Amino acid sequence: MRPYIREKKVFGFDDVPENTCFEAGYLVTVNSGWRSIRPVVNTDKCVGCEQCYLYCPDGVISIKDNKAVIDYDFCKGCGICAKICKPGAIETEAERK
Amino acid sequence: MKKFLSGNEAFAEGIRLARPEVISAYPITPQTIVVERLSEMVENGSLKSEYVHVESEHSALSCAMGASATGARAFTATSSQGLLYMAECLYYAAGGRFPIVMMNADRSTALPWNIYGDQRDSLSQLDSGWIQSYAENAQEALDLALMSYRIAEDKRVSTPYMANLDGFVLTHTYEKVDIPTEEEADRFLPAYETDNRIDFDNPKNMAFSAGPDTNFIFKYKAHEGILAAKEVIKETENEFEAIFGRRYSGLIENYLTDDAEYIIVTLGSIAGLCRKTADRLREQGIRAGVVRIRYMRPFPNEEIAEALSSAKAYAVLEKDISFGNEGTVFTNVNSAVKKENGKAEGYNFIGGLGGRNISASDIENIYESIIKGTDRVTFIGTGGGNNG
Amino acid sequence: MANKIADSISREEFFYGHKACAGCGGSLAVRAALKVLGPNAVSVLPAGCMSAVGFNFPQLCFSNNSIISTFAGTASMLTGIEAGLRAKGYKDFTAVGFAGDGGTADIGIQALSGAIDRNDNIIYICYDNEAYMNTGIQKSGLTPFGARTTTTPAGSNIHGNIRPKKNMFEIVAAHGIPYAATASVGYIGDFIAKVQKASQIQGTKYIHVIAPCPTGWGVAVDETVEIAKEVVDSGLWYLAEYENGEYRLTHRPKEFTSAEAYLKRQGRFRHLTEDDIKVITDSRDEKWKFIEKNFIV
Repeated sequence: MRPYIREKKVFGFDDVPENTCFEAGYLVTVNSGWRSIRPVVNTDKCVGCEQCYLYCPDGVISIKDNKAVIDYDFCKGCGICAKICKPGAIETEAERK
Repeated sequence: MKKFLSGNEAFAEGIRLARPEVISAYPITPQTIVVERLSEMVENGSLKSEYVHVESEHSALSCAMGASATGARAFTATSSQGLLYMAECLYYAAGGRFPIVMMNADRSTALPWNIYGDQRDSLSQLDSGWIQSYAENAQEALDLALMSYRIAEDKRVSTPYMANLDGFVLTHTYEKVDIPTEEEADRFLPAYETDNRIDFDNPKNMAFSAGPDTNFIFKYKAHEGILAAKEVIKETENEFEAIFGRRYSGLIENYLTDDAEYIIVTLGSIAGLCRKTADRLREQGIRAGVVRIRYMRPFPNEEIAEALSSAKAYAVLEKDISFGNEGTVFTNVNSAVKKENGKAEGYNFIGGLGGRNISASDIENIYESIIKGTDRVTFIGTGGGNNG
Repeated sequence: MANKIADSISREEFFYGHKACAGCGGSLAVRAALKVLGPNAVSVLPAGCMSAVGFNFPQLCFSNNSIISTFAGTASMLTGIEAGLRAKGYKDFTAVGFAGDGGTADIGIQALSGAIDRNDNIIYICYDNEAYMNTGIQKSGLTPFGARTTTTPAGSNIHGNIRPKKNMFEIVAAHGIPYAATASVGYIGDFIAKVQKASQIQGTKYIHVIAPCPTGWGVAVDETVEIAKEVVDSGLWYLAEYENGEYRLTHRPKEFTSAEAYLKRQGRFRHLTEDDIKVITDSRDEKWKFIEKNFIV
């Protein structure tokens, strides 16, 4: 379970709660537009050591089948994963807008 | 059971009967007796509550908000400098719709330092979004302690409640007080139920930010909530009378106002002396009356306008001054009268600052002054107006 | 290839989709700690970076119960939540606070001290990025000597901040707290182990984690972890614990890397003179003499 993107809607008068208490983990916007560089996992080189997963400030890396997978909806392209990766399995490329 | 109790003790008894689950306490004169008595009740087992010795008033209310955010009933108490020190949290609690009850022992604010009663502390916080009641005597203090939670926690209201007691004059004066039984109190006050809380099955994010698109909607709803208290106060007092046999009169209490030509509008413990003075003037053929404001928020606009509708003149007697303007109670009352096109001439008398005594002759002078006409604002005792 | 640290914490993400700057060390600290504490953590965050980036209705980025406190009120709101949940009969939960350096060492220190004094059963985590970053990099009580901030400009008369960091770790320990620790997001395993340990201890726990802010420190956004490691390797920060009245070092660099190199790679220290750097290295060496003498090493 992690916060996830909800269906787009305008929060009108009746949608706004009576108090400042609302469903946890409720996302309406992504962060992909922030990226100027894009980390890309080379699955041939990735050994599944999970260092990138541990150190990602945004938590966008998960490990599937012993390989790092990046959630590009929320990756901001900081590049920490590429720096931390000892086998050099994460390369960065310019983000094409 | 009847007992001789001070206002503070009576309020503490009311809180015992309301069974708050968390009490955060920091001492300040003249509130201390309340938190002392509550700690004794927790010690001797007559009150089952988490009693937290916080290190400041800011933390007292911050802690109460944390407790309220778990769905627990929370209580704290303060006065004067302490109320001002926690001011940030007042707005926070109201915005978060946490129905905390707080007793405030009305006391002067520094400088100069002064521990005695006036109402400048609580009246300075009228805009914070809290319900504000002003008790006249110890029995009313106890009864308000019990009613406060029912009003604050009502789903239509969900607004924190500040119960004000005049420092020393009420907090430290002993009177015979009827203490309800726990059974009666439990019948009157249901347990607090809310969705505005931490929930492990459906987790919540709370006390968040809201930008320009929605912020005003939260504020509008908070405003509607405190306005809804008007009706809920009536219902609560009816229910209270049915169980305890004591009748309260809603947002204001009128005395001889039906045919009064000259009316003093005031709040708190001074009202009794005003009524006695009105009686004396009535013997002399002057049609005097008194309006005691019981709730400053929500403000009794219609009720006050109605009570003053046939008067020739009224005086607002208050222990407050909004520097550079006039007494805040007067501003509010004057606005209420004008909204209904009231014709009564309004005057403002500032008295009792820093605990200065307001005497029977001061009050007689007020009636005499408004019969003759006087300055719009008079500081009693300074030689201004007709009250030299 | 198994990673023991990764396997020891939740696979879930509890702080996600937030608007922290790219490479934010504070968000890494919050994320890692919540993965230790799990879904029954109730987090309290005061006004500051992490609340500003995580709680903008309707974008709410914590999947566990979370609440913003007043700036000064992290610890006192934790106290109320802990007391309230206990009064309500809950047992399986952790009340955890995440406050920045200003929220902890400056405006929030009174409430924190009160909570430790009462020994409230809470975890308080200070993510220390060494200035008021949310408001635009102003000096806090935890800004290190020499650092340029927007309120301690580096001019020819005064070279940035003239005072050293407050020693929050030992201030907190002086209360006789059941558990306190220092950490750095550059040594995430050490930090995670300390949060795990804290979660097993009754009473008040305090963890002080260095969490670099690329924006405020003047480093590239991909250097956060590196620089957080280097501050430890150069001996300018240390990883330790306080428990049962004893200080213990949890990581001992064999020999220090260059403090000058650590400083000079950051924009906030680039103006420092040789004399300034000598002040910093001398005070580092003094600190380590103290550690050798007073800590279990």
